[in-house]
Amino acid sequence: MLTIKNLHASINGKEILKGIDLQVNKGEVHAIMGPNGSGKSTLASVLVGNPAFEAIRGEVVFNGKNLLELLPEERSYEGLFLSFQYPVEIPGVSMVNFMRTAINEHRKYKGLEPLSAGKFLELIREKRNVVELDATLVNRSVNEGFSGGEKKRNEIFQMAMLEPSLAILDETDSGLDIDALRIVSKGVNQLKRPENAIVVITHYQRLLQYIKPDFVHVLYQGKIVKSGGPELAAELEEKGYDWLK
Amino acid sequence: MEDNQNDLLDDLTSREYKYGFTTNVETDYVPKGLNEATIRRISEKKGEPDWMLEFRLKAFHYWEGLTMPRWAHLNIPDIDYQNIIYYAAPKTKEKSTASDEIDPELQKTFDKLGIPLQERKSLTDGIAVDAVMDSVSVKTTYRKELADRGILFCSFSEAVKAHPDLVRKYMGSVVPYHDNYFAALNSAVFSDGSFVYIPKGVRCPRELSTYFRINAVNTGQFERTLIIADDDSYVSYLEGCTAPMRDENQLHAAIVEIIALERAEVKYSTVQNWYPGDKQGRGGIYNFVTKRAHCKGEGSKVSWTQVETGSAITWKYPGCILSGDNSSGEFYSVAVTNHFQQADTGTKMIHIGKNTKSRIVSKGISAGTSQNSYRGLVKVTKNAENARNHSQCDSLLLSDTCGAHTFPYMDIHNETAVVEHEATTSKINEEQLLYCNQRGIPTEEAVGLIINGYAKEVLNKLPMEFAVEAQKLLQISLEGSVG
Repeated sequence: MLTIKNLHASINGKEILKGIDLQVNKGEVHAIMGPNGSGKSTLASVLVGNPAFEAIRGEVVFNGKNLLELLPEERSYEGLFLSFQYPVEIPGVSMVNFMRTAINEHRKYKGLEPLSAGKFLELIREKRNVVELDATLVNRSVNEGFSGGEKKRNEIFQMAMLEPSLAILDETDSGLDIDALRIVSKGVNQLKRPENAIVVITHYQRLLQYIKPDFVHVLYQGKIVKSGGPELAAELEEKGYDWLK
Repeated sequence: MEDNQNDLLDDLTSREYKYGFTTNVETDYVPKGLNEATIRRISEKKGEPDWMLEFRLKAFHYWEGLTMPRWAHLNIPDIDYQNIIYYAAPKTKEKSTASDEIDPELQKTFDKLGIPLQERKSLTDGIAVDAVMDSVSVKTTYRKELADRGILFCSFSEAVKAHPDLVRKYMGSVVPYHDNYFAALNSAVFSDGSFVYIPKGVRCPRELSTYFRINAVNTGQFERTLIIADDDSYVSYLEGCTAPMRDENQLHAAIVEIIALERAEVKYSTVQNWYPGDKQGRGGIYNFVTKRAHCKGEGSKVSWTQVETGSAITWKYPGCILSGDNSSGEFYSVAVTNHFQQADTGTKMIHIGKNTKSRIVSKGISAGTSQNSYRGLVKVTKNAENARNHSQCDSLLLSDTCGAHTFPYMDIHNETAVVEHEATTSKINEEQLLYCNQRGIPTEEAVGLIINGYAKEVLNKLPMEFAVEAQKLLQISLEGSVG
């Protein structure tokens, strides 16, 4: 599904990713761990096409397409989703209006008619149950005045709405209390299918007790320095990152 | 990234101004030039009574002694007032007030502009329209139904003849001819416009609206609107405007006067979409407008809402004189400038009565190399006990080459006044755009969403029919202009 080969990327001329190789197949859950500043969020940013970052070398193939050549919105249509570490507020734009625009753009790309208002509201009702998102939140402006937990739940709600084939969860556990963490993880697990895949970016092992990874990778100074099974996460929790340096 | 955005900008902003066509209709002109003879000819063409001609001449002679004001943050090229046609009327078969006939060419024009000149059967939908082309009103709809309730809605010219007492009493009472340079000019040469009178205790059942269209070449438009809301009445009034695309600049200098008597309420909404000129700044309308309301009665209320997207130069400050005790005035504005457009707009709130309130919400959006200024005056006079004002002025910048400016003036002579002013300036946010993109919303749609979200507080004040139109207009004026 996703093949990353020797990916180098920079921001403002400073190289952050220094040769990433990663293979993600259908039905798999990968965890990318690593200390602060190792390049975890940069990897997510480059994959979704954040214009602040530049991919300077290497290639990324996603569902048979050269991902780096696609516009950010085209990557979305192709099935790539990012749960942002810091979801941005968009004042005055209601979640309903925002999601409806997004869903209909996806449908347009697939050559489908826009969803009727009735069908759309039905879909919202169904999907917000996945993360127990309060009905009033979808009528508020995008992320405006949402608590940290509400913002993260809102991200997973959007993931449920868009049904991506590959979801990247960037530090989705940061700022969550234990109840919110459980709800968010439960939501993610409900969305797991044999035909899609999830990449979890996290600093701590905590989230991985709820979302069980098949593979764990350690990112350090812009490179994946170690890969393994779920047991690697436990080892990191015990020993920290220092032994890998 | 920057290059991409510039390409997108070029691509999108080269789209045509949708209303730029002209109508081929024979036109009756008063020859170019501004002098006493021109004014006498206009007055004669309109068959006006002597008092009206005298008013015009007094205004003209006053104007002759004035020089063009230069205090606005605008670069206004010299205007040759002798090279303008002051009266142009589409020549049609004699317009009779009783008949519903309209020239088919004009009908086609207004159809194309989406302005309904056919009355619909249903009583509940449909807006009553006064359609003005160049210097004359070509049709006013729903007159009979409104007249049954005692509401007068007709062209200004007609009102001069049919309701001279009301016109003489109120014309110039809010914006006197000597108010300012453009008010004096308008008072001398004004051609047509709308007249509204809502009798005591009547709630106007329809939105009333005037649609202004400049068609003829080298012609200025100088309309005048007078709205009188008698005790305990209510009316919501809409104003729209467009003009053909022409390489030369055209002048528009209007006056709107509103009088709100005891407990009357008037809502006045404008979607201003005059031709803004092309990408290089050629052509476009010079829009110099004086709009003012007098909240004369106890507890009266006037609310101005404007969405300004057109014109090469905009100079307008719709205001309220709050002389009635407990009266209130509101000003909600979205002003968009792109390319070489310049806008200097805002409001004046003059608190005179006791316990008067005013609220100002101004949202400026600037793109390209445009200049966008908010200029507002809040004045509290000596006897205006307990005046309250809240002003909020936000500016959103979409390029590095545009300018946004705020000029708030406060003139407070009573210490019980509470006056608050908030201002913010922001740039459209890359993170917001990426967030939208990541969810599948392309940049141009994302800009539209974000802009409409930013302007929502103002757009919400517009009547439904207008709000939808205004949203589309904002998007079209700015699509792709992020850079």
